[in-house]
Amino acid sequence: MPNGDPIIGTSPLRKEGRAKVLGAAQYIDDLTLPGMWHGTTIRSTIARGRIRNITFAPHIHWHDYAIVRAHDIPGENTIVHLTKDHPCLAASEINHVAEPILLLAHPDKSALLAARAAITITYDELPGIFTIEASESAADSNDAANIIWLGSSEGGTPNCFKQYAMYSSKPAESDALGEANTTEDAIAAAFEQADHIIEGDYTTGAQEQLYIEPNGVIAECDLDPATGHVRGVTVRGSMQCPFYLVHALTLVFNLPEEKCRVIQVETGGAFGGKEDFPSVIGSHAALLAMKSGHPVKIVYDRGEDMAATTKRHPSRTRICTAVSREGKLLAGTIDIAIDGGAYATLSPVVLSRATIHAPGPYKWPALRVRSKAMATNIPPHGAFRGFGAPQTLFALERHIDKIAHTLNLSPEEVRRQNFLATGDHTATGQPLVEPVDMHHLLTRALADSGYHHKRALFAASNPTSQIKRGIGIAAFMHGAGFTGSGERRLNSLVHLEILPDGRPQILVSSTEFGQGTNTILCQVAAQTLALPYDDILIHEVDTALVPNSGPTVASRTAMIVGKLIERAANEILTTLRDQAALPTPHTRADFLTAAKSYLASHPQLRASVRYEPATKIHWDDDLYRGDAYPGFAWAVYVAEVAVDLDTYQATVTRFDALQEVGKVLHPILATGQIEGGIAQGIGYALYEKCVYQDGHLMNNQMTNYIMPTSADLPAIHVTFEEVPSPHGPGGAKGIGELPMDGPAPAILNAIEDATGIAFNNIPLLPEDIFERLTSFTTHPHGGTEDLDPSIDRDTRVEPADDPLTESPKVPA
Amino acid sequence: MTQIKFTINNTPATLTVPPMKRLLDVLREDLHLTGTKEGCGEGECGACAILFNGELANSCLIPALQANNATLTTIEGLAPNAAALHPIQQCFLQEGGAQCGICTPGMILATHHLLTQHPNPTDAQIHEGLSGNLCRCTGYMRIFESVKQAALSNSQGSK
Repeated sequence: MPNGDPIIGTSPLRKEGRAKVLGAAQYIDDLTLPGMWHGTTIRSTIARGRIRNITFAPHIHWHDYAIVRAHDIPGENTIVHLTKDHPCLAASEINHVAEPILLLAHPDKSALLAARAAITITYDELPGIFTIEASESAADSNDAANIIWLGSSEGGTPNCFKQYAMYSSKPAESDALGEANTTEDAIAAAFEQADHIIEGDYTTGAQEQLYIEPNGVIAECDLDPATGHVRGVTVRGSMQCPFYLVHALTLVFNLPEEKCRVIQVETGGAFGGKEDFPSVIGSHAALLAMKSGHPVKIVYDRGEDMAATTKRHPSRTRICTAVSREGKLLAGTIDIAIDGGAYATLSPVVLSRATIHAPGPYKWPALRVRSKAMATNIPPHGAFRGFGAPQTLFALERHIDKIAHTLNLSPEEVRRQNFLATGDHTATGQPLVEPVDMHHLLTRALADSGYHHKRALFAASNPTSQIKRGIGIAAFMHGAGFTGSGERRLNSLVHLEILPDGRPQILVSSTEFGQGTNTILCQVAAQTLALPYDDILIHEVDTALVPNSGPTVASRTAMIVGKLIERAANEILTTLRDQAALPTPHTRADFLTAAKSYLASHPQLRASVRYEPATKIHWDDDLYRGDAYPGFAWAVYVAEVAVDLDTYQATVTRFDALQEVGKVLHPILATGQIEGGIAQGIGYALYEKCVYQDGHLMNNQMTNYIMPTSADLPAIHVTFEEVPSPHGPGGAKGIGELPMDGPAPAILNAIEDATGIAFNNIPLLPEDIFERLTSFTTHPHGGTEDLDPSIDRDTRVEPADDPLTESPKVPA
Repeated sequence: MTQIKFTINNTPATLTVPPMKRLLDVLREDLHLTGTKEGCGEGECGACAILFNGELANSCLIPALQANNATLTTIEGLAPNAAALHPIQQCFLQEGGAQCGICTPGMILATHHLLTQHPNPTDAQIHEGLSGNLCRCTGYMRIFESVKQAALSNSQGSK
């Protein structure tokens, strides 16, 4: 431990913050390399079909341009993620609008516009598949004409990238075949005997990450002057996961890893949108660099970025629950489908996180979760903060409120009846060894937000007001780190080295894109080494120089990589104590003296540390059971809304967010990250709608894709419950994605509280509210039954003691 | 090509540029002032905001011709000596007002403009004053705090 003041838990200045506030930080579009050309991408204008012909109008001097087509690719024509189904450039078949077909580069950026207009591509068009339902229907009926994705070397079935079936049962019973049957039997029995069976359908839309800096890269190619062959490529750019791009380049160029160098530059926001996509734009720019013999920059404009890059997967979740009249969950089935778009990209792992988070922070005596990722002719969906969990947690937390309304219990009571607690097992059979206290979180969140008082107040004032107010809860958790055995497979490595002047330098591939990687990792090193924060340096992420500490995703950097830095720092201290007489405790001067003395007789002082789980992790990929995540962050969010019956606009008027995320490393950064996630969650619920028509995103502009502005957001109150975790440095856990999960269900729960109407589809725009609130007069059933909270048209509620439902139907 | 003259960050400049070239590109390409960013190219996000004759303006919507004889301030002009941050920059740094940093130059100039108009802004004036500048990282709360601290340090500085 340090002998000075603690550094973890304080808020030192962001490492690269000074450059950012000065406007001096260099993002990719701020960089120019000598002799650099500019690149652009010619994309399909149809969603599905074959390229018939490409013509180049003769008025353009085409020999002044570098032109790349699929046949120019020296290696494999693929952008590898989990499988190789995704072409780098379409050779013949087109599977989505804005699919890249050819690449152009020219020294003068303004010359690209006329050239683009002078290229004509004709197609043999085929009818596209644009919804989960159309994709399922083609697969179910074996309709060969509408099978748009056949399967891959890594699995999948026609039109379906991946399926999971996850069963809960007590760990002792989990033998391979028996388990499914045991759980199915238990579910059937519970549905037979339950007081109530409550079903609901919930959908979520696509969401654009909308980082303010669009995707961009600059690539250079080292060409053999004699043969023209590519000897190596270097790509700089805005990205989260430089080693993902290295992997993609090795295939596209048929080069070994050490010949594919990737350097992350200052990155203007990412949120998952720069996790998988840089492999595409990076490969494209490198191909143009190969063809032109010059460095090539590609920076998308906003319209292209929105039309062509990945978004959050749209989803449809059906939940069927057997519950007791006290609100206890007795059994459930959850069926999830997500729209993966045209290629598999990361859909199988997004689906995995969606599946594992679907049961929420609740005990399920018997549960079956089935899920599938379907192919459509929409541009591929990909990573976005939360990675599947916001979709299924939205469904579940809406459903819990539905149970409460149906049973005439409070939303609080139903949650309390079912919360997981320390010692319980999650639905995957993971024992909750570390303390978890959802009851306390709920109690505190309700008190902090004035929930009970306001609920009563709103109920009293709403009948006479044209503005209906309501308050809603969401309780949830988010797993930090890669799922199951994922962290072991990543096998992350970090280096901590001591420079000749005695200052420590961190070498990792973990990238900074606003969330605070640089700062928190330096805090961890400073605290462990008992040195001032300002002494710690962190190296630029250059894959030629830093080890692979894994991708910067999955809420894993603070917890997993931070822990590795802590261990590396302890190794440095041990070395200096054993071999350079570093006293315990030590001062900064002692450290510098010992480090210099060690370096006088050794070539270097460096600790290299690989991932080891803090506790034993058992995970079975086939059964989908075991320890899903090293650690979970737990939260209760409370949203307050006002629904204006003149404008039909729902506005969040206050937001309270309480979370247990282990030890908070940097209160200002952590609070800011939670607030930012909540703002994205509010956008997800109420503002952000991707409008597709025949596979085209019609609103690929900030003008008509609406994200929250400073005038749209309520006061957001962020608080933490700090329970140190053994998994992260100084007791920290991951927080990055957590705040994306809670806002949408809390807000829609509040809207139901305000209006008495259950809305189960997001985004929920004023026109949607208008339609529902005004349609009951013309509704075939007439009357005001729609204002009964237990009745909404998307779902069905059957009391089990109803004589008409003598044999309650268990969903097949 | 047109010759235009303006004052940029207190320094006179004369340039020969296409008259309809976006002022954003003139700043970034001709003057190498890359602190002004492009986020949307259609005046929605405010990443390219500068002070144009003292008014907050999106430089992606202004043709170069229109800047003739104008007085312009970009983020580079706020702290002419990078060793000493402008109080607004200092507050954004301390309060966590900058995360990824791409909206920060425009946001800081919007704050500068706001505090010129309203030295002690109300919450509503802050929300309104920054509503032309989009930030996807922060949810704006740390930015509001930065603005309030900057207003406070202004009023303390002038006492």
